Amino acid sequence: MLVYILCFGLFLVGIYGVIVKRDLVKIILALGIQGYAVNLMIVLFGYRNGSIYPILAKGKEPVPMVDPLPQALVLTSIVIELGTTALIVALAIKLFEKYGTFDITKIRRLSG
Amino acid sequence: MILPYYVIIPLLTAFLITLIAGKKDYWAIMLSFIAISALLLLSVFSFLTMKEETVTYVMSNWSVPIGIILVQDALTSYTLIMVSIISFTSLMYSVQYIRHLSMDWRYYAIFMLLVTGMNGVIVTGDLFNLFVFLEISLFSAFALVAYGGRAEEFEAAFKYTVMGSVSSVLVLLGIAILYSATSNLNMAKIAQILPTVDSKITYWVGGLFIAGFGLKAAIMPFHTWLPDAHSSAPAPISAMLSGVLIKALGIYVIIRIFFNVFNAPEIFTNIFLVLGTISIIIGVFLAVGQWDMKRLLAYHSISQIGYILLGLGIATPLGILGAVFHLFNHAIFKSLLFYNAGSVEYALGTRDLRKMGNLTKVLPTTSQTSLIASLSISGIPPFNGFFSKLIIIIAAVQAGLMGYAFLAIIGSILTLASFMKVQRYGFRGDNIISSIINPVEWRMNSAMIILAVLCVLTSLMVVPGIKELTLDPVVKVITEKTQYVQLVLGGLNVH
Repeated sequence: MLVYILCFGLFLVGIYGVIVKRDLVKIILALGIQGYAVNLMIVLFGYRNGSIYPILAKGKEPVPMVDPLPQALVLTSIVIELGTTALIVALAIKLFEKYGTFDITKIRRLSG
Repeated sequence: MILPYYVIIPLLTAFLITLIAGKKDYWAIMLSFIAISALLLLSVFSFLTMKEETVTYVMSNWSVPIGIILVQDALTSYTLIMVSIISFTSLMYSVQYIRHLSMDWRYYAIFMLLVTGMNGVIVTGDLFNLFVFLEISLFSAFALVAYGGRAEEFEAAFKYTVMGSVSSVLVLLGIAILYSATSNLNMAKIAQILPTVDSKITYWVGGLFIAGFGLKAAIMPFHTWLPDAHSSAPAPISAMLSGVLIKALGIYVIIRIFFNVFNAPEIFTNIFLVLGTISIIIGVFLAVGQWDMKRLLAYHSISQIGYILLGLGIATPLGILGAVFHLFNHAIFKSLLFYNAGSVEYALGTRDLRKMGNLTKVLPTTSQTSLIASLSISGIPPFNGFFSKLIIIIAAVQAGLMGYAFLAIIGSILTLASFMKVQRYGFRGDNIISSIINPVEWRMNSAMIILAVLCVLTSLMVVPGIKELTLDPVVKVITEKTQYVQLVLGGLNVH
């Protein structure tokens, strides 16, 4: 149970960073933390106590295994996050070129 | 088996465009036109031939709980037609509008990816697959918002990307919890198993999904990104985002999950009622004060999404009929209004209503179609917006929700007021404008005319006889709720 709570704590750290931080790079990092927390959570959901890796080799007896599907899901979601992070970093670079700052309180040409 | 082609055609086109486009955009335009026309024909054909049956397609023949299935029922085809119509006109409009910015084939490749993602979300029957397609379309939307390359556009795109990522993470967390509770990712199987597990799971996951998909649909407390992103994007993309993206990714998925999978528990429909009404009122109040035309339209998107949500929250067949009908109508008139705003910006170089004036001489098509669209959105008969809003309000009164009906009427009146402002200052103002920077040509004009004609034609969908063919099968899918399970799993051999 403690593991889940810690994992959720990590998620909250991510949310906190996105909401509170004023620096574009820190916001991007917070988004990353948030994504990792959820990925970790998914792997935890597939974990079974005292079971082994989910590969059924020939001649081996079937023993309890961890659920392999969440691991596949996490791989997919990591790839997706990589894409998002690349895009958002590119946007941050462009914003720096245009405004000369990473501070979001100074990047305020849109309002209302 | 035409079901996988809704994803294959646009995805393949996006790939081919990057492969053969060369430096100019002729090939890209031609390929994407062929693809979108094919999608339009496919979706109309399947809607007309399918009626009330449910078709499933099992990807690479893996049996159901393991493999991914694609599902097509009346609601799917209805939403697909909506996406195809708007993307067809948007493409038509783009040819001239985007050439004005650059002769770039990449625009068309990303555009096709956007369509891929939306079609994928609409046809899939698997939750994680839905998440993947959702990300594909969001990526393309982020990139297209920033396409113009000005400082404001990057700012809006950054804001949109942050909000989009947060919402995706919430959705993913919801899917993970649902998987851990039911050991399934197939939506029909989840719906089958969910009544046997603790009902607290439904509330947790429902909360996460309302936040996640609500962010994508820009329902009121989650709306902050929408006015920036939708007003900064190029006009054809604003039309795509406001017209179909927030509905395919937001409202459609909400209908699918909350009605077909969760069996519409009353607590969630009540939340829809409240959030919908808040969106209607606050969205329209924020819109009235705007002078930037595209920003005004973007705030109206929030308010009109509120009507759809209100109709869903009423949850009687009549309310859902109104919601589904308004879904289609809003796609048509809001896209048309964004095209109008785009061509004014193209011709005059401004979006500020105070700098516009009497445009009836220089931009006749734009000002006439904008009049039709304004009447539609403010709910004046005989245009489509009148009928769908009327149905929603009648449904609210019938269900005994007088307060909500009253607020919906107030919202409608304020909508009328703000579009009178658009017409008064923007298109029929006092200072007569005689010269324009860029002439608006036939492609942009015909895109606007098609949608203006549709504004009138779609109001025929309430006529008895046509209603049975078009709207009733869609409403039946939603009101039957978890009948979805039998319809989807019925024809498959499930292990």
